Amino acid sequence: MPSRATLLDERAIARALTRMASEIVERCHGTADLLLVGIQRRGVELAQRLARLIEGLDGSPVPCGKLDITLYRDDLQAIGPRPVIGETDLPPDLDGRTVVIVDDVLYTGRTIRAALDELADFGRPRRILLCVLVDRGGRELPIQPDIVGLKKPVAQDERVDVLVKELDGRDAVELARTA
Amino acid sequence: MTRPILIRGGRVIDPARRTDGIADVYLAEGRIASVGLNITGEDGCEVIDAKGKVVTPGLIDLHVHLREPGFEDLETVATGAMAAAAGGFTAVCAMPNTDPPLDNQGAIGFVISQAQKAGKARVYPIGTISVGQKGEKLSEFGELLGAGAIAVSDDGKPVMSSHLMRTALEYAKTFGCPVADHCEEITLAEGGAMHEGIVATRLGLKGIPAAAEEIHVARDIILSELTGGHIHLCHMSTRGSAELIRRAKDKGLRVTAEVTPHHFTLTHAACEGYNTNAKMNPPLREEADVEALREALKDGTIDVIATDHAPHHYDAKEREFDDAPNGILGLETAFGLAVTELVRPGIIALPDLLYRMSTRPAQVFGLPGGTLAVGGPADVAVLDPEAEWTVEPSRFFSKSRNTPFGGRRLLGRADLTIVRGRIVYDRAGD
Amino acid sequence: MGAAALGKDLIGLETLSPQQLRLILDTAERFKEVSERPIKKVPALRGKTIVNLFFEASTRTRISFEFAEKRLSADTVNVASSGSSVSKGETLVDTARNLEAMRIDMVVIRHQASGSAEFLGRRIRSNVVNAGDGKHEHPTQGLLDLLTLRDRFGKIEGLKVAICGDVLHSRVARSNIWGLKKLGAEVAVCGPASLLPRDIAALGVEVIPRIDEAIRWADALNVLRLQLERMTGGFIPSLREYNRVFGVTRERLDRAGKDIVIMHPGPMNRGVEIDSDVADGPHSVILPQVTNGVAVRMAVLYLLAGGNPDWQQHGGGE
Repeated sequence: MPSRATLLDERAIARALTRMASEIVERCHGTADLLLVGIQRRGVELAQRLARLIEGLDGSPVPCGKLDITLYRDDLQAIGPRPVIGETDLPPDLDGRTVVIVDDVLYTGRTIRAALDELADFGRPRRILLCVLVDRGGRELPIQPDIVGLKKPVAQDERVDVLVKELDGRDAVELARTA
Repeated sequence: MTRPILIRGGRVIDPARRTDGIADVYLAEGRIASVGLNITGEDGCEVIDAKGKVVTPGLIDLHVHLREPGFEDLETVATGAMAAAAGGFTAVCAMPNTDPPLDNQGAIGFVISQAQKAGKARVYPIGTISVGQKGEKLSEFGELLGAGAIAVSDDGKPVMSSHLMRTALEYAKTFGCPVADHCEEITLAEGGAMHEGIVATRLGLKGIPAAAEEIHVARDIILSELTGGHIHLCHMSTRGSAELIRRAKDKGLRVTAEVTPHHFTLTHAACEGYNTNAKMNPPLREEADVEALREALKDGTIDVIATDHAPHHYDAKEREFDDAPNGILGLETAFGLAVTELVRPGIIALPDLLYRMSTRPAQVFGLPGGTLAVGGPADVAVLDPEAEWTVEPSRFFSKSRNTPFGGRRLLGRADLTIVRGRIVYDRAGD
Repeated sequence: MGAAALGKDLIGLETLSPQQLRLILDTAERFKEVSERPIKKVPALRGKTIVNLFFEASTRTRISFEFAEKRLSADTVNVASSGSSVSKGETLVDTARNLEAMRIDMVVIRHQASGSAEFLGRRIRSNVVNAGDGKHEHPTQGLLDLLTLRDRFGKIEGLKVAICGDVLHSRVARSNIWGLKKLGAEVAVCGPASLLPRDIAALGVEVIPRIDEAIRWADALNVLRLQLERMTGGFIPSLREYNRVFGVTRERLDRAGKDIVIMHPGPMNRGVEIDSDVADGPHSVILPQVTNGVAVRMAVLYLLAGGNPDWQQHGGGE
């Protein structure tokens, strides 16, 4: 029987996001040319919340884009029935921007690799940073996050689920056993 | 001379004399020597135990394509005659659309001699109506009939010229021979691949309307009335045709007609998936047509069952529907389909079926056989109408394999076929 | 995720479920965005080989497929063949076997014989996409028509669409009828009776005899191309009369005075079934149809390419 444990509850998530928002502003030396890009799914909702928090800190609105990486996955040929493609919505020019990729969970790093490839086809940002709510370890590629909410190594037979109010009705980060 | 044969204890059905009962049948010197109870044969005669089987005059198929001369890779007179025997047929009539066509005595004689050499079912050649089947000039009926033809037809093609059909019917009267027509109005049917109906619409195939057949059926009936000639309508497929024929017979006209087993079994739904083994001419039609044809067989509007046995090569059928040739095999599945689709559901009783497959064909084309009267030719079939079997095309005697019935369970088949007092097919030895 | 998977081949819309249709349209919507990017290319089908097997000449459909294939990073090979009527059959069977032997991943086929796409699909393991088989179906055209209508009206359900012209010989008409009916539209056909299948009503479509009435009834018209052969084949007396009686003209639209959408699968016979000022006018969505064509074809190739080649195409979603 799979058991679930809560890693972060609603308040803990809110605290983490608040801290992450200030870290973003600090690391990017302000919000000039800043663009948050949320990875579908849930990375998008997190990016939007961060954008609002940053605006609260800094005063100026921060643009937020959406990126779906399905078509750039490296396992597309092997996985069988086609995954549904989510929406990609980015401003027309990335050149010279500071892009912060936002995702819910960082695991093998392959999603981020796909995101980097896809962004490269859109333009040439001056700088790209990676911001994730949970880093669960288990990397298969040399990719590291710049801003992290919670760092927690998780076993292979366990899964980290991030739930967001906008899609799931509540906010939580939970650990589930898959076996 | 082969030794005499005593067929013992079978249910002997003679549709010609309307007898049906357990009896023995004794064949000697190529003739029916006696039919009765407890016959004692000569010493050394061959005894066949027909208990539980039906003993009947051999089946006669008025319409087959044996492909020889010219298309021997599809079928030959010999393989066709063997396939016929395996189907319980003691005689078949071979259509003349060969290469060269049977429009001269040499070709007719060739078919006859091939049949004799094969020594299986009898093969009666049908001569052409027109030279080369071109629909222009009458062939020399006298010469063809003299060489052994028993009817004339341009089958494969319709006779588009009403004038030619009229003169053919009149001229044939001289010899008392039937004119068999393939009824198809070409300008309506041209390019069509299947019945014009909802299935054709869904499959995106050009259809052949029922009217294409009925127009020529009506024309032929009118010409038969005009000339007094005997018109035989091949492979009827529509309820409209059945109705026209019924009215013609009510008037006492010299009109006879045939239907194929596939036309009283399948509908245009069989073409789904572009199945080229459901492609034939005339095409498979609708449920209502199938029902009307069964009714017509039952009430005698349609005289006989004839297979229109049409061998085609695997490669030829293995192509896009539009390009595939028309026709399927029929000899080895005819009796099985007839019992399964007509006798078992109670539409036609077995003796009436045998009448339509043996006695009446002999009458329509004036052939010997179709009866177990003493003195008649010893053409007899021992049939098992209770046998259940699965159609396996790979085991056909025919050279070709084009049938939509592969894998189908049928009821009824031939066990033994005897022609001229000789066993030409024995299922036990098959 | 992939709940209404398509199976091995796309032969027609007749056997697709509404869920499968919606999956394709939703996926196509995503691919429209790809065509707006600076680099109009995604690596989704990288390393796949696709053969465009066009037995019937067709520039526009073939180019549309080629763009779709290249934008998915596939490698494409074009084979144009005009088989003679005698060798046609052998050509297709042998072609199938040769393709199989070369381990092609996908084949896009256009052929003059109805049933040819299914014929090919049954004989090779590669995915087969029907780009038009005889008079049977042209599924990607049907799909792009659906997408265009959905973009314009927001939905298909309850829409009234009249298909006008030579329905008898039209694979576009058939695919449209299937797609529209499955997604809940009301469908009518309009044209001279000699160019409408006698039993078309059995497919659940209304028959409207005159074009003015069709224009009054419909939210959208799909105007089919009238081919010259129909005149020489005796189906209609002349192209001029066809235009006078059935042509979609400026006057007719003005008379109806409504906001009707005009579609055409192309290529157009300007002045026959449709007048230039209509084709180029404000009601026309003919150019969006072309844009949607590339997106729809990308969606179809993407969705098929992931499928298990041993699957057969079934009707229901899950």
